Amino acid sequence: MSPAEENAIKTSARNGWLLSLPALVMLAFAATGPLLIVVWYSFLTANDTGNVIHQFSTEGWVGILFTYDIFEDGWVLADAHLTIFWRSVWLSLVTTALTFAIGFPTAWFIATRPAKERALWLFLITIPFWTNLLIRTFAINEVIRNEGLLNTLLIWAGVIEVPLQINYTETAVLIGMTYVYLPLMVLPLYATIERFDMRLLEASYDLYASRWRTLRRVILPIVKPGIIAGSILVFVPSLGAYVTPRILGGGKNMMIGNFIELQFLQGKNWPLGAALSVTLLIIVTAALLVYVKVANRDRGAGHG
Amino acid sequence: MSDTVTISARNVVKAFGQGAGQVRALDDVSVNIRQGEFFTLLGPSGCGKTTLLRLIAGFEMPTGGTILLDGADITTQPPNKRPVNTVFQSYALFPHLTVAQNIAFGLEMLGKPASEVKARTAAMLALVKLEAMAGRKTSQLSGGQQQRVALARALAPQPKVLLLDEPLSALDLKLRKEMQIELKRLQLETGITFIFVTHDQEEALTMSDRIAVMSAGKIQQVGSAKEIYIHPKNRFVASFIGETNFLHGKAEAGALRLGTGERVEVPGLAAGGEATVSVRPEQVRLVLPSDGLKATVGALVYFGTDTHCHLHLADGTEVVARLQSPATGEAGLAQGQAVGLRFAEGAVQRVED
Repeated sequence: MSPAEENAIKTSARNGWLLSLPALVMLAFAATGPLLIVVWYSFLTANDTGNVIHQFSTEGWVGILFTYDIFEDGWVLADAHLTIFWRSVWLSLVTTALTFAIGFPTAWFIATRPAKERALWLFLITIPFWTNLLIRTFAINEVIRNEGLLNTLLIWAGVIEVPLQINYTETAVLIGMTYVYLPLMVLPLYATIERFDMRLLEASYDLYASRWRTLRRVILPIVKPGIIAGSILVFVPSLGAYVTPRILGGGKNMMIGNFIELQFLQGKNWPLGAALSVTLLIIVTAALLVYVKVANRDRGAGHG
Repeated sequence: MSDTVTISARNVVKAFGQGAGQVRALDDVSVNIRQGEFFTLLGPSGCGKTTLLRLIAGFEMPTGGTILLDGADITTQPPNKRPVNTVFQSYALFPHLTVAQNIAFGLEMLGKPASEVKARTAAMLALVKLEAMAGRKTSQLSGGQQQRVALARALAPQPKVLLLDEPLSALDLKLRKEMQIELKRLQLETGITFIFVTHDQEEALTMSDRIAVMSAGKIQQVGSAKEIYIHPKNRFVASFIGETNFLHGKAEAGALRLGTGERVEVPGLAAGGEATVSVRPEQVRLVLPSDGLKATVGALVYFGTDTHCHLHLADGTEVVARLQSPATGEAGLAQGQAVGLRFAEGAVQRVED
């Protein structure tokens, strides 16, 4: 390639970049801007009537792990906060695992239907998105509450005598989040399974692999990008979930999202709320980095 | 090669679909494949050759009949329990594994000790001359190299039978010729029974110990390349393997009476009814009009080494003669010229319709 040609290509690439300027400006203001404001607020002083006093303070950050004890007149470790963090991470991990356990067979089922039928199945998967999250969560509530569909059915069938207390427990939050985030797992899994060459299954069986070993040694490694994408899509919003734990957790099974809300409304501690938001962001980023690293660990490494 | 039978298919039927739309991909197929032979299933697409191969591999279950391996019934055994490996048309190499890992896969699934897996993988890499590629991903290989990996992967567990499903069809002509020789070499070196599926008659003729010609779900004829070429059993086999001329007429004792009234000698033909014979173009000789069947020269097609001369008998029947091209390239024949036809001794073969 001559230098002139190269320059021409570079120039046209630059012009292409300029076309994306409106989007970049939008991103700078709509994404980076608010984030910077949140970081800025986390270092200010709380105002008891809400909002903040523009005076530097690290109390918001200290408040994440410690709480001020007026009797001891000092900072003590805030067990309640840690419980909330741990619950959020744990519930999100379990949600991710559950959506995978349910989503993988579902995605496999759809991807192995005749090409004409797949669009219909995918359409069915996306139908829940048409309804507001709040409505869907209340619908789940209707199913699992003590006088709800599930308990009524079980009592009628004679399986149980006393209604199962599912509502307002962590189980309820798990059921709700699994239901809400399942499509986010199914869709990326479907996208990779659909591209999976089914002839490899025959090759694997032919080479003495059982069905289980075919799943472990051939299918899962090949659809791994879909598993990673699905897990991220489920884990990240789960960690920040607000509506589901609020309604199904009944206020006592609080997750980080609810805790943040508490600081901005009743708590009137905006710097703490802002610091918690940034903490959530850091947890998500760290979790993603670890996940991607673990997921890619065996890439290129030998098996035998 | 011995006379021991390795694979035996008995009255195998495979039907797809239900009721009126049912298609019989295999219709009462019986065949014995001997230990250590290079056996080819040859036929046009849709003749059932791949279905038979898939039944032997265990990917599909027959609708009827049995398949024996070394005398034991394996009809309902799943593929992972059969000591039979397949080289797929698409190769079906594992994209997430390296060349060496692909080759080692079967051995690992068999639970062989790591040292043996390593040694056999190395031996296989050497056998297909891919030592330098051991650590590469299969997507980084050329078509011919992928083909070799597929072969090595299927041979590594030392199967009793290697099944090859049109493995050369994706390669270009030159590479295909090389791989034909390579396959034959591998078969001789390993001594494993090869069952090779192809629609390419030349491939079948050059590589096989025996060929089964298939059509419409049935085996039409089984025999060596020469047997099938020289003594085709029926019209289908005669026309599918190479080119041929058919002559039709009334059967008389030792001869065929053509529509023109002329006689063609057919040794052993019994009188009565109608009969068809096949004569290969290279066995047709041009003589003086008075010395053979009367014919007129039609089109002359030059092929380099030889020239195809299309001739017409008095009743319009077309006969093609393949003549070796003379040094000047001119066959010395003119369109419309009257000539005589004779057939080389033993070249006239009676075929069933």
